[in-house]
Amino acid sequence: MGLRKVACVGAGITKFVRRAKETGRELAWEAAKMALDNAGMTLADIDCVVIGSAPDAFDGVHMKGEYLADGSGGFCKPVMRHFVGGGTGVFSPIHAWQHIASGKFETCLVVTEEKMSSCFPAPAGAFITIFDHTTEQPLGPTLIWIFALEMNRYMQRYGLTEADIAKVSVQNKFNAIDHPAAQLPGKITVKDVLNSEVLAWPVKRLDISPASDGAAAIVLTSEHKARRITDKPVWVSGVGWALDTAYWATRDLYYPQYVEKAARMAYEMAGIREPDKEIHIAEPYDPFDYKMLHHMEGLLLCKRGEAAKLVADGVTARTGRLPCCPSGGALGVGNPIAATGLMKIIELFLQLRGEAGKRQVPGDPRIGVAQAWGDLMQVGTVVVMSR
Amino acid sequence: MSKEILPGTPLSSEEFEKSITIEEHPTLEYRWDDGIAIGRYLKELKEGRIIARTCCGCNRTMLPPRMFCELCYRPTDEWAFVEDTGVVNTFCVTRVNWDASRRGPDEPPLIPAVVEIDGASKGMGILHLLGEVDPKKVKIGMRVKAVWKPKAQREGKITDIKYFKPY
Repeated sequence: MGLRKVACVGAGITKFVRRAKETGRELAWEAAKMALDNAGMTLADIDCVVIGSAPDAFDGVHMKGEYLADGSGGFCKPVMRHFVGGGTGVFSPIHAWQHIASGKFETCLVVTEEKMSSCFPAPAGAFITIFDHTTEQPLGPTLIWIFALEMNRYMQRYGLTEADIAKVSVQNKFNAIDHPAAQLPGKITVKDVLNSEVLAWPVKRLDISPASDGAAAIVLTSEHKARRITDKPVWVSGVGWALDTAYWATRDLYYPQYVEKAARMAYEMAGIREPDKEIHIAEPYDPFDYKMLHHMEGLLLCKRGEAAKLVADGVTARTGRLPCCPSGGALGVGNPIAATGLMKIIELFLQLRGEAGKRQVPGDPRIGVAQAWGDLMQVGTVVVMSR
Repeated sequence: MSKEILPGTPLSSEEFEKSITIEEHPTLEYRWDDGIAIGRYLKELKEGRIIARTCCGCNRTMLPPRMFCELCYRPTDEWAFVEDTGVVNTFCVTRVNWDASRRGPDEPPLIPAVVEIDGASKGMGILHLLGEVDPKKVKIGMRVKAVWKPKAQREGKITDIKYFKPY
């Protein structure tokens, strides 16, 4: 196809916190500058900038891409902002990959930022307008409803219990203890999850990731640039994305078909035939604990309905055969929507370089997959990275 | 990465509360068009009936009705009345309102559900609420029937169906 190889050569991230004093622009600046420093580059080395940020309604700032551009190093450069809901953060490197793989640019600064704390009484309220204005909004829906509907359908389909699902929250919050950006790390038990406040049965407080403020950034370059910058480039070796219908109630929620479509696209590009055997490390999107399981299945990392068993057997632990969310995930590190997806990409970058410190997965991992999901239960974004 | 201590300044709950709120109340409101397909759907709800739309390309009877088929990418063909009964595909029991506020201790929880309507194609469900049922007794696969508002109170809205109840 004439596409060029694209590498990640640097990364930066802020703390993920419930409420940051910094503005969105300042958070974007901190992460972007750190990514440049990490790559040993300056803004003058950057050809173009892509910005990922989820709904404008969180900040109450319209045209957020334009607002964030200065902090993201976009001044007088080609800048594009993209937005696919919760799927945004893993779409960001895909968007940047397009810029470089096409041959148009050599270097791209990828900046994701979210400031959810500005929205009162709760950022969840900003989601009311994603539901159909005529047939759904009058019923007073909130996102937690449809997560609960999906979780119940998933549990019922495979005969899983709330305790089976809670193990994901326990694992990820534990993993997050070693992440310097983490907002909600900790040692909790399945019992803690089961006894936490029931919001919309079967979803309880500790099944959910927190609302967060934070930013993350990476630098992507063409192959020949990357070879000059670092002897440890991490390649963006597969990308895939797919969108399902917004008539979310008309497809069976137990399985994320759109994630599988996106995954197959990414695996084909990366030359992966047996993802469950060839992938060493995975960062599926986990805004809710059941979602990690749901997404492991959509990513073809296990058979349908078997993800919970892998978690229970320790296969997905950092020391297991297929570590899932070694970062601590959205459940433990926090969930500033767009920045969460890129946090997962950064985790792969560090793990594949052997630079993840206390979080380092043993066994010299060489291939990883990260995935995010969003919009009205309908978008899957997938990136395979390798070295 | 290049920093051992990451940037970002968490605010304490105290500082959180102390924030100065700038209030503005723009008088913006939205007046959405109901469209060709949903316009007819609402008109029939007012009559106490549920109408769908068929596509002879994929042989689906689609709910909510639509004027084009997103699978075949062609115009849909005919209107078709479906039943006001169906099967619970999934449900939850919620104490959370749209803005994340909690329902009061005296308010019963809401039971949102995806109901697959009889007469529509398999899997064509709609979001609605369940009522007249103990939340503990709701099951996936349970049969339910629409409870309509009295005719005089119906306005051509999705809420003309008060909820679905077991039958």
